Amino acid sequence: MKTESSQNSREKEIEKLKKYKYGFSTDIENIKAPKGLNEEVIRFISNIKKEPKWLLDWRLKAYQRLKVLKEPNWQKPKYPKINYQDLYYYSAPKSFKEKPKSLDELDPKLLETYKKLGIPLQEQKRLNNIAVDAVFDSVSVATTFKDKLTEKGIIFCSISEAIQKHPELVRKYLGSVIPLTDHFFATLNSAVFTDGSFVYVPPGVRCPMELSTYFRINASDTGQFERTLIIADKGSYVSYLEGCTAPMRDENQLHAANVELIALDDAEIKYSTVQNWYPGDKDGKGGIYNFVTKRGLCKGKNSKISWTQVETGSAITWKYPSCILKGDNSIGEFYSIAITNNHQKADTGTKMIHLGKNTKSKIISKGISAGFSDMTYRGLVDISKKADNSRNYTQCDSLLMGNKCGAHTVPYIKNKNSGSNLAHEATTSKISEEQLHYCQQRGLNSEEAVGLIVNGFCKEVLQQLPMEFAVEAQKLVGISLEGSVG
Amino acid sequence: MLKINNLNAKVGEKSILNDFSLDIKPGEVHAIMGPNGSGKSTLSNILSGKKGYDVSGEIKFEGIDLFSLETEERAHKGIFLAFQYPLEIPGVNTNIFLKTSLNAIRKARGENELDALEFLKLVKQKSKELKFDEEKLNRQLNVGFSGGEKKKNEILQMSILNPKLSILDETDSGLDIDALKTVAQGVNALRKKNNSFLIITHYQRLLDYIKPDHVHVLMNGKITKSGGPDLALELEKKGYEGLN
Repeated sequence: MKTESSQNSREKEIEKLKKYKYGFSTDIENIKAPKGLNEEVIRFISNIKKEPKWLLDWRLKAYQRLKVLKEPNWQKPKYPKINYQDLYYYSAPKSFKEKPKSLDELDPKLLETYKKLGIPLQEQKRLNNIAVDAVFDSVSVATTFKDKLTEKGIIFCSISEAIQKHPELVRKYLGSVIPLTDHFFATLNSAVFTDGSFVYVPPGVRCPMELSTYFRINASDTGQFERTLIIADKGSYVSYLEGCTAPMRDENQLHAANVELIALDDAEIKYSTVQNWYPGDKDGKGGIYNFVTKRGLCKGKNSKISWTQVETGSAITWKYPSCILKGDNSIGEFYSIAITNNHQKADTGTKMIHLGKNTKSKIISKGISAGFSDMTYRGLVDISKKADNSRNYTQCDSLLMGNKCGAHTVPYIKNKNSGSNLAHEATTSKISEEQLHYCQQRGLNSEEAVGLIVNGFCKEVLQQLPMEFAVEAQKLVGISLEGSVG
Repeated sequence: MLKINNLNAKVGEKSILNDFSLDIKPGEVHAIMGPNGSGKSTLSNILSGKKGYDVSGEIKFEGIDLFSLETEERAHKGIFLAFQYPLEIPGVNTNIFLKTSLNAIRKARGENELDALEFLKLVKQKSKELKFDEEKLNRQLNVGFSGGEKKKNEILQMSILNPKLSILDETDSGLDIDALKTVAQGVNALRKKNNSFLIITHYQRLLDYIKPDHVHVLMNGKITKSGGPDLALELEKKGYEGLN
């Protein structure tokens, strides 16, 4: 016979699992670097990855810089002080000491994990036409569709592999958009980054499929510091999607990734994120700190970088995917849906830095807050003196559910060029009882009704996502707001 | 079909319906007429399941206690309300809304859901019957629709959902004569042995096109007089004050 308390805890467990379906952890033996942040640990990481000396020096330089940098504190969501000496900076499944050559050599437990996540790792799932690189804790596990991409000269692999096989490309572009000295979390990443994805699309090539990376944090007390570098050479095109999940843990885990995009003349990069890290429980315990630096450089003329993000997870989301519009006639776009529920907090937006002539940027931000959550849109549009005839259009819409959440819009606008043109629109609205009643009278239950109304609100952004993911994102939007209507 | 016994409704301390009773049998069309503030809209709100009222008394729909059903369950069982002020839902395509609604109801009834093609066929046929501009179905629900278009859209939804009991809450107000005829046509097309209607209105005008079986006068939250279609004409002549 079961005791009452064990039954209770079992029920609690089931209840928890229902809330966050990715909240399992996999029992795999890990190799970890010793806890803490110091030169030894950085040397350990660089050594285990057999990195060239220039990269080790680069990491150490970042570490020296980090020592004098202060953790920023201007953001709206505050968090308890992170003890950086109490984190693991490298964690890899033991069976990876020698990287597997093919999927068959992978630990079956890992494959099972990815199956649970619904990632099409196996080649037989090629029908999906999405090439996937999966990062488990700190190590890139496998990259699918390699052959098909190689035919076109496209390089899509883990950044560790790129460092070994294409050092000249990595050396040329790594840190060229997010410099070593940028800011605390970006510099921390430069010192200790473990793995991530690398993409290079050669001149004139249109990448024939979506490229995708799936990140998962598994081990406890582990920071995840991925580094992604995407280069679109002249006249090329690539669309890239990033997805994230993490198991449920009571403590907060830090995720501080750096993503650098470089578009040369006439090239286009489309970068989509569906972020669903563990948000913490409904009382705000646990969850991921998602402190990520993402920046794209439209280096060449007529280039284009487009960020689309659907941010529904994490205890705190703090990121501003940005575009530096250096090339004349270049275009930057930012489409964002950010949803916070329960005690989640987000301070997110973008920076559009206009340097070249005739540069254009567009910002569409949709923030939805429910429960006790708090959401801030923060965005910078900076038009430099030389950026003649530049344009920006910004639209920030906030939707509030209930009366215990918050929504804030903080736009910074710097226009140093009188021949340029900026437009900013912002709205704040609430889902009205009347709208809900109307939908319910037509047979929808309250959650279906909220899902429908919210998806309508987000439509302009959802439309930007690659088809395969738009449906998933639409469902995610509904799931994230479950239980937010009384 | 619908049996209301001694319904009382209050908002705060204010009493709106007082011992209101009504019996609608299958296939019947009832009209409720009354001046502003007589409790007409409260009645339709309560029947549809809108919260915020303090109610007592009894309402049975096909023998089931209506108060035990959520708003959407009432819709599943076949109650439809054509809203006095249809809501705008930005970003939601009218066709998609209609399809979601129809399939939610079909699913709840254990019927198979319609796929996109079957649905479009149905919607095409119904829009044609009601002379509803199909192009509007690709627009956001009620956004930028004129008052008349919104009301016609309600009637289109009604004819697609094919409810057992349709409640029309002042659907005729603000309509020109052509739109009025469309509304009447929608109601008359659905009028069958088993479909009933409760038509709430200020004016006799609509009743020129929809011939009711019973007309009731609602004053101060109570039915003060009931009769046949002639009662509506009498009202039109004498006004509410002139009754009795």
